[in-house]
Order: sequence, then C-alpha cells, then structure tokens
Amino acid sequence: MLAQQQHNIKLPEGSIEKETTTLNVGPTHPATHGVFQNIMELDGERVVSTEQTVGYIHRAFEKLAERRPLYQITPITDRLNYCSSPINNMGWHLTCEKLLGVSTPKRVDYLRVIIMELARISDHLICNSIVGVDTGAYTGFLYVMQYRELIYEIYEEVCGSRLTTNIGRIGGFERNFTNTAFTKLEKFLKEYPKVLKEFENLFTRNRIFMERTQGTGGISAERALNYGFTGPNLRAAGVDYDVRVHSPYSSYQDFNFTVPVGTTGDNYDRFLVRNAEMWQSLSIIEQAYQKIQEFKGADAEVYHADVPEYYLPKKEDVYTKMEALIWHFKIIMGEVEMPKGEVYQAVEGGNGELGFYLISDGGRTPFRLHFRRPCFIYYQAYPELIQGGMLSDAIVTMSSLNLIAGELDA
Amino acid sequence: MALTNEYIQQKLKEKFGELVYNFEETYGMLSFEAPKDQNLKVLQFLYDEESLQFRFLTDLCAVNYPDDAGRELAVVYHLHNLTENIRIRFKVFTAVETPDVFTASQLFSSANWMERESYDFYGVNFVGHPNLKRILNVDEMDYFPLRKEYPLEDQTRIDKDDEMFGRG
Repeated sequence: MLAQQQHNIKLPEGSIEKETTTLNVGPTHPATHGVFQNIMELDGERVVSTEQTVGYIHRAFEKLAERRPLYQITPITDRLNYCSSPINNMGWHLTCEKLLGVSTPKRVDYLRVIIMELARISDHLICNSIVGVDTGAYTGFLYVMQYRELIYEIYEEVCGSRLTTNIGRIGGFERNFTNTAFTKLEKFLKEYPKVLKEFENLFTRNRIFMERTQGTGGISAERALNYGFTGPNLRAAGVDYDVRVHSPYSSYQDFNFTVPVGTTGDNYDRFLVRNAEMWQSLSIIEQAYQKIQEFKGADAEVYHADVPEYYLPKKEDVYTKMEALIWHFKIIMGEVEMPKGEVYQAVEGGNGELGFYLISDGGRTPFRLHFRRPCFIYYQAYPELIQGGMLSDAIVTMSSLNLIAGELDA
Repeated sequence: MALTNEYIQQKLKEKFGELVYNFEETYGMLSFEAPKDQNLKVLQFLYDEESLQFRFLTDLCAVNYPDDAGRELAVVYHLHNLTENIRIRFKVFTAVETPDVFTASQLFSSANWMERESYDFYGVNFVGHPNLKRILNVDEMDYFPLRKEYPLEDQTRIDKDDEMFGRG
C-alpha cells in the first residue's frame, strides 16, 4: 500500500491485498495457437476466473460482404476457419444455390462431399495432434503432418491453392478433377488408415495422455446446449446432433456413417470423438469415390450445374460465342440479379455448425450477411470449463476446443 | 406427431393472439415477428411449451433497415428444436433512437456474446445484459460500424455508388 502511494502508481482497488495472482496469457503466446488473450486470476496454480479478450484479428467480413457480388464473397469465407476452408466455401455456395434455386447434379454433390470430408480430416488432424503437443507428445503431430500435406496437394490439384482454397463455384467446381487428383486421393485412402491407427496407438491408451485429458475441461450436455455448442464438442458431451444427418445437404443422405458421441464432454472425449469422426470421414470418402466411378459416359464428366446465369462459361467460348461473352461480362461485373429473400443454410464445419444467414433485397450484393461462427459461440463457455482446474489443463482445454482465431473474430 | 410450421403458428397465435404477426415461410423456415417488449415472453414460451421445445439458440444477429422509419433495427433469433429437428426465425424490430431490447442471456448462455456482437456493430442496447460492452471492435470506438449510414468505400469515390449494386 505504501509503495503505491510513494510511486503514484494507480493499481486497481484491492489489487495488493488480494490473495490471487493475475496472469496475462496471450494474445501471442506459443501455447494458445492463435490470437487469444486471457486475463486469469490464479490461486496458486488453480484458475479462479478468467476474462477473454477477442477481436484481435477482426476484419469486418460482414461489412465487406455487403459490397461484394456473391462470387467475391467466397474468398472471404476461406479466412474464417482456415483449417478447413473448403467446408466454408461449400457452405457459402450452398447458401447461394439455395437463394438462387440452383440444383446441383449428383456427381457434383459427391465431389463436394469428398472435398469436405478431406477438409474435416485435416481439421481434426490438426486439432488432435495439437492437443498431443500441449500434453507433451510432439511425435504424433509431426507424424500426421505428412498426410495433411497430401490433403493439401489434392486441394491444389482441384483448385490451385492450398490453405485459403476458394474452391468450387456456384453450381459446381471450376474444373473437373484431374486424374492426378484421383490418384492422390487413392494414395491417401490406401495409406492414411495405417497412419491414423498408429496415431491412435500413440495416444488413446497412453497413460500420461489419459491422465492429462480425462476429467479436465468437461461440460454436461445440458450446459453445452445452453452455451450453443455444436460439432464434436457437443457430441463429446453426449448429444448426437450433426448437421449432415439432421438437415442433409450435398446428398449426405446417400451415405452410411455413424455419429460418434462421448459421455463426459471432457478433453479426452473430445479427442476420441474427433478420432472416430476421422474414421467415419474416411468411410464417406470411400463411398463417394465409389459412387463417382459408377457414373458412365457423359455423366462421368459433369462437374457443374447447367446454370449459365451464375456459372462462368469456358474461356474459349467467351472468345467465340456471343451468349457466353454476355454471361461472362455480367457475372464478372456482378450484374447478376438475386431474388429477394432470407436464407439460412448450415453446414457441419470442422468445429461445429457453420451457418450463413443471407438477406437479399434484390440488389446485386447481400443486404446483410451474418456468419454463425461455431467457435465464437462456444468459446464463451471457456471460463466455466477451466474454473477450478490447473493452469496447465486450461491450455489443453483451449486447444481441444478447436478454436480458430480467424473464425472467432471474423 | 411431427412438429409442423402450421402447428407452431397456431400455438403462438393461441398464446399471444395479435402480438405475433407477419408469419412467413421462406425456403422452408417459419419466420414471424413480435413487439420488442414481448421478445422474452415469446422466447420463454417457445422454450417451455411441452410441444414446442425450442431450446437451442442457433444464432442471434442484428440487421439495419435505414429506410423503415421506427423499425430501423431488427434483432433476429434463429431457434432450433433439436429433437424434432425444426428451425424457426423470430424477429423483433426497434427504432434506432431507442434501441432497447431485453436480453436473452438469462435464458441462453450463448446469447451473451452474440448480443455483445450486435451491440458492438449495431448499437442494440440489450437491457439487463450482464456485461454489455464492445467485443470485436476497440473499446474507444464511438459509432456502430455495421449500420448502413457508414459506407464501406471511400465516400469521395463516385464509381461505387449504390446504383452499381442494383439499388437506388
């Protein structure tokens, strides 16, 4: 108290008499894997309370989207959950297609399913291996990274880019999958199961890993629902809600898969649910690839819907055909008329239900576009999840929630 | 019995009569409005009523309609009944001069940050909110940036007026 008066330092009321320590974690801390700041009150090593600060990488996507034609919004969605950009892109295309009344051919749906499930695997792979890193097991992370690389190579074959993919267009894909893409997919399907098995062997029954993750960061199903949890985090708490099953999009109803659930909603259950989902995703990709091979003749070459109003014509047609030139000009200049209406479209993202709420007033850009970003909503529960636990467990809890700063801050 | 949009509408009409209106079904989703002072009563009824059970708040956001005098700001709730798997959209409108809407954060913990976000961008004042302050923008900001009165582009540019975007 004396020191305070002498040096004229203004400390908050009661900050010297109190028996807890204030610790600032983040915003750029190696253990937070993204820009997250937490101001924690610690009693020894136990967390008494925490206050999160978010918004460090806010880029006003919703405002930007109000001045862009539909196709220019796809790159914005890349930058939400950048660990699984293709899912965001597809979700956005589906939203546009719902508003514009475009229906896609089955082959397009199956190709989309392949890309989305690859994205889900790469998303879960990162999250689970990072949980490993935070509990002191670096091996798993390095081991699976090779296969994320292979997934990125498949993206690259399809759309030309790796992280922020901008993959697909309204109505389908920008080009057909090449043979190289399918060869790489086959390689992935052949080699990845062994790697995933080995990854599970490293962790699932590992005593140290189990003791670090079991019983920490748990949440009941009731609280999780009240907090708006979705995706693997909700399923780990025992609620079998999956957008792919509840409101199927992109022909998910044609596939056989189970929805893995946990019981306690703790870090260990979240890890197990994500691993189990990767196996399901693999099975979905295999089924989709089989279905694609069954298309014969002209059907086997279809990669977009026949919607010249919204889908860019081939470049050689633009140079030689009047009609194609007109559509090309209109689409690029954003002169595509949209019907009036309000659409909500949800997809099962890597970390939960990713929703797009689009209001169109008949202009050429959205009147209002709101992203339902799953981790923005469930990150609110973080103080409740870590309260009373150790600081080191709080770090593991943060990584096992699969928080992505780009999505959180939009 | 499967829950249908007609049944939900009928139930709401029975309970609230003339206080719920503008029922619409767009792209399969039932949408309706209520006066802003009724929002908690409607949400609570949808939550508690045995045959409705809308207990999951999927999304909450605000919208600005600058030309709609007295109804400039809208708060839109997307609710989901997970057992029957049906979604509805519920809106309340408020004037921009008195943007006071009751908070839903006591009913849904998830509403807390979503309401802070709506406050941050649109200035909707959620009455009773435990911690209503800016969330994504800096605390020093003195305007509500997603309102339509703040254009995105540089105002000196003439090549990007509303006409270029099919409006005006």
